[in-house]
Amino acid sequence: MRTVPPERHLLRAKDIVDARYREPLDVPALAKAAYLSPAHFSREFRRAFGETPHQYLLTRRLERAAALLRSTDHSVADICFTVGLRSVGSFTTSFRRVYGVSPTAYRATHPPVERARVPTCVLQAYGRPHSSSFREDTNAA
Amino acid sequence: MLKQLTYVQVWVHDQDEALAFYTEKLGMELREDVTIPEMGNFRWLTVGIPGQDTSITLMDIPGPPVFDDETREQIQTLLAKGASGGLFFTTDDAQKSYEELRSRGVEFTQEPTEQAYGIDAGFRDVSGNHFRMTQTQS
Repeated sequence: MRTVPPERHLLRAKDIVDARYREPLDVPALAKAAYLSPAHFSREFRRAFGETPHQYLLTRRLERAAALLRSTDHSVADICFTVGLRSVGSFTTSFRRVYGVSPTAYRATHPPVERARVPTCVLQAYGRPHSSSFREDTNAA
Repeated sequence: MLKQLTYVQVWVHDQDEALAFYTEKLGMELREDVTIPEMGNFRWLTVGIPGQDTSITLMDIPGPPVFDDETREQIQTLLAKGASGGLFFTTDDAQKSYEELRSRGVEFTQEPTEQAYGIDAGFRDVSGNHFRMTQTQS
């Protein structure tokens, strides 16, 4: 039997981010799923998907936070912890950088919208913010 | 005009492994398995859900004369990166199907989750193809 290309294992790590972003995931745990060392994993992930695993995880969490801001009345702090982030201050900073406004202001301008029938997986994939505006991890994993 | 969708093609990295996955793990039936020696052993391999007409063609990614080696490698890579699209299925009981498929070793990308349109879950085949199953609201 033919073995799968190495990208298939990177995809598994990406899937884990999408499924388990609420948990305290880190790059070493993701690297393990791809059968690679953390440093090698981050390089290969970026080569395959155009951004680092850290960026992918953070933007997934921000996308989920934005969805919760739109669809629930949970507090900003609750939402921050729900999506797996541990610092409300960092969350607010990252959120503002990506969405241009604070979480509270975002909620005020984005009332809940009924998006009939479009599968949630599609909305999640297309709704994730671009990570190009992040600078804090260009050198880190 | 067009009447019925009969075959849906998915690329697979290995036809034998895919056949085992689609039949033994996903519970599909083998429909056609024809190898044509004079066409470089091209293998037409199809499976389907018992009781449903639409078949899934498990297609090997061909090299020359169909695709040059570079194109073939690009498709292989895209497939492994999960960029090859997906198929959506329905299920009567998303939780039960999830537990059963998971116990057979199917790799899930999302546990059964309540959505506005029902309960759905996501999984992948060995090659990287993406599938979802939805228990629609009755």
